[in-house]
Amino acid sequence: MSKIEVTPGMFSKAETKPSLKAPITMLASALMVLVFFGFLGKAGNITYVWSDKREVVQLPVYTVNSMFFCIVLGALLLAIGGISLVINLQKKRTPFWLIAIFGFIAMMALLGWLATGAIQGVQMIFILSNTLVLAIPLILGGMAGLMSERVGVVNIAIEGQLLTGAFVSAVVSTMTGNLYLGLVAAMIASGLVSMVLASLAIKYLVDQIIIGVLLNVLVIGVTNFLHSAWLDNDSAHLNFPGTFDKIAIPFLSDLPILGQVLFNNRITVYLMFLIVPVLWYILFRTKLGLRARAVGEHPLAADTVGINVGRTRFWWVTIGGMVAGLGGAALTIGNVGSFGREMSGGQGFIALAVVILGRWQPIYVTLSALLFGFTIILRVWANQVSPGIPVDFITMVPYLVTLVAVAGFAGKVRPPAASGQPYEKG
Amino acid sequence: MSKKELKLAELEPESKEVSVLKEIMSGDPVRIALSVLLGFFIGAIFMVVFNPDVVKSWSNFGADPNYALSTVWWTIQDGYGALFSGSIYNLNADNFINGIRPLTETLRFAGPLIMAGLAVSLTFRVGLFNIGATGQMMVGLAGATFVSTRLHMPQVIHMLVAVLAAILCSMVWGIIVGILKARTGAHEVIVTIMLNYVATDLFTYFLREPGLLLEANGGGTPKSDHPDGTAMMGALLGPSFKLNYGLIFAAIAVFVYWWLMERSTFGFRFRMVGHNASAARAAGIKVENTFVWALAISAAFAGLAAATQGLSMDGGLTTSIEAGIGFDAITVALLGGSRAGGVVMAGLLFGAFKAGSSSMQVAGVSPEVLGVVKALIVLFIAAPPIIRALYRLPKPEPKVFAAIQQAKAAKVIK
Repeated sequence: MSKIEVTPGMFSKAETKPSLKAPITMLASALMVLVFFGFLGKAGNITYVWSDKREVVQLPVYTVNSMFFCIVLGALLLAIGGISLVINLQKKRTPFWLIAIFGFIAMMALLGWLATGAIQGVQMIFILSNTLVLAIPLILGGMAGLMSERVGVVNIAIEGQLLTGAFVSAVVSTMTGNLYLGLVAAMIASGLVSMVLASLAIKYLVDQIIIGVLLNVLVIGVTNFLHSAWLDNDSAHLNFPGTFDKIAIPFLSDLPILGQVLFNNRITVYLMFLIVPVLWYILFRTKLGLRARAVGEHPLAADTVGINVGRTRFWWVTIGGMVAGLGGAALTIGNVGSFGREMSGGQGFIALAVVILGRWQPIYVTLSALLFGFTIILRVWANQVSPGIPVDFITMVPYLVTLVAVAGFAGKVRPPAASGQPYEKG
Repeated sequence: MSKKELKLAELEPESKEVSVLKEIMSGDPVRIALSVLLGFFIGAIFMVVFNPDVVKSWSNFGADPNYALSTVWWTIQDGYGALFSGSIYNLNADNFINGIRPLTETLRFAGPLIMAGLAVSLTFRVGLFNIGATGQMMVGLAGATFVSTRLHMPQVIHMLVAVLAAILCSMVWGIIVGILKARTGAHEVIVTIMLNYVATDLFTYFLREPGLLLEANGGGTPKSDHPDGTAMMGALLGPSFKLNYGLIFAAIAVFVYWWLMERSTFGFRFRMVGHNASAARAAGIKVENTFVWALAISAAFAGLAAATQGLSMDGGLTTSIEAGIGFDAITVALLGGSRAGGVVMAGLLFGAFKAGSSSMQVAGVSPEVLGVVKALIVLFIAAPPIIRALYRLPKPEPKVFAAIQQAKAAKVIK
């Protein structure tokens, strides 16, 4: 297997069809930044704080006039939108990295506009590191969704798998006093939940979406019950696991900005750094991944060349569930330090959206999950620096973006062809 | 086993997925009864295993086995006894009014569940897996809140206008899903999940804005004024019961749903698309338009549920008034087999669970166990292989099954 490049269009011709939706959306938002944050923006200064006080290398604090800076950023965004338009007029697709740069600049403009005049300024380290930590369950949940959808099984039960992982990791860690055992137990438990989904969907051909929704209801019901009937009675001995210690990677953690954000984290974050590229490599560079994708695209063809469709689906879905269990553990022993009732709070459903937004590709899925993580922290932070702004609209943005994506942003987003379809050997 | 299944598949021209949905809808009463039984049984195991008294008594099982066994029995009796007295009839009450009150509470809780369940059921029948009842209810609540707190009208009319506003707002939300589905082919599951969040945020924003829905002198918490008395759904059985006019709306909704789905051409079209969309298209039905219509009408039921919920509570409205009904509606619809009668029964069962949970709490049993029971029942019903394997039920004979299908089809045509 030398080169299996995943390119837009390798699945179907329809995907290469350029659409003007992306540049139009970009130009419209660029104009909004230019007009509302720039020309009609707030008078005053923005302070971008790039370093924590504890850091070895201190970057200078950057202070700039709000309106001027937002106009500059808006013009930059307009330029990128223009480039995108030119690319699309040449019947090509806007590359994802261009959209990512666009998103980053728009983010800077939004943060700057929000923090205009605020004393603490834009605390980049705080925002970025929290974005990452909050996105971990979404990323790992997204990987679970991606793994099962790539082989043709829709996994609506990510929510339940996250919750299972969160619950089991908290309880097992507390009872054994070993957080790593908790992590492993979480993976096994969520893997089992996934196995139920896999066997019912693959062997018994029960509707995948229905079974997924019901598994969520079941896990929510069971964890709610155990939480109130069992954990609450003796939470010191059952639900008090604490969290992993942060591990600062030598040298790397001293890098400005990136060091604190990326290389001074808990093991759950590092595991994510490992899982995402490995999954990408397996999916797009190995025989194993090629077979998995074949099963998800055209199970009959895969069967014909001798791939065991049922078994492939079963194991990919199950291992995906284990990854989601890790994401659940990241909620408790990787962040909060105890299990709370329904603490996954719909993140499993957001993970579903993240999979679509990231076009079933691990790296893009991770970036999309970071977008959601960013909005979660933005909501908290915006309330502090600029009270009175409608935070509800900020939280709405990623959902709207997902809606736009499923409704055909930047060409049609296309799932694996056989996703959701049961396969029966004829 | 798998061979038999294969045969079944040969006789069934449509995809397996559709036939599973159909199997759920065909609602074999024996299987449903067994599922309910098994759900309660496993729930009992949960109650027993996590009861500290039982655990203690079993640790000296050798010393006093009778006591150990009796604690098991008492735990189950306490739990399900409290459920009965909290949801059907309170045997300890001093008079009939107090005794029957739990039943009226069950009806009160069942109303919105039934209406939202009908909303989800309708889309199931069209072959759409709509989990957007939550969002539709949120938007409906926003409409009802606006009319009931900001406009002032005479008695009854005010209430009816508020209900209408809720229905219309919800319908708009449903139509968005329908149009996205019909025009862009976006999967309704994702669209509805996203719109649920958007609707919740939107309603929260409205409740936060002083000029919009925020209560007078309200602070940081998003909460509206108490709805005008004229807009409230009054007590149906006099002041000694909390049961309100919402029940009448639920009854109307059930009848309308039944008539629409079983008797009208509109419903016939819906079912046709649900059975086989490509056949329906070949027969000249505009499938895309049908999706939009189905989601609009479905959302109207959700709006009615929202209005009932919003206009019958004490205090100002918040997003928590929705109380998870939109999500429960999915399980209600699945349990009820998407049929009017089934949804009523399922709504009553879940309503009883809601009504009984407070008395279970009083009896010292975690009412959360009902969440487990609920999930298990629906899981067993939705996944027929499990229950068949557990009870060693015979699989339906392919020939008989096909004959039943044909008979049903013939009836539909006539």
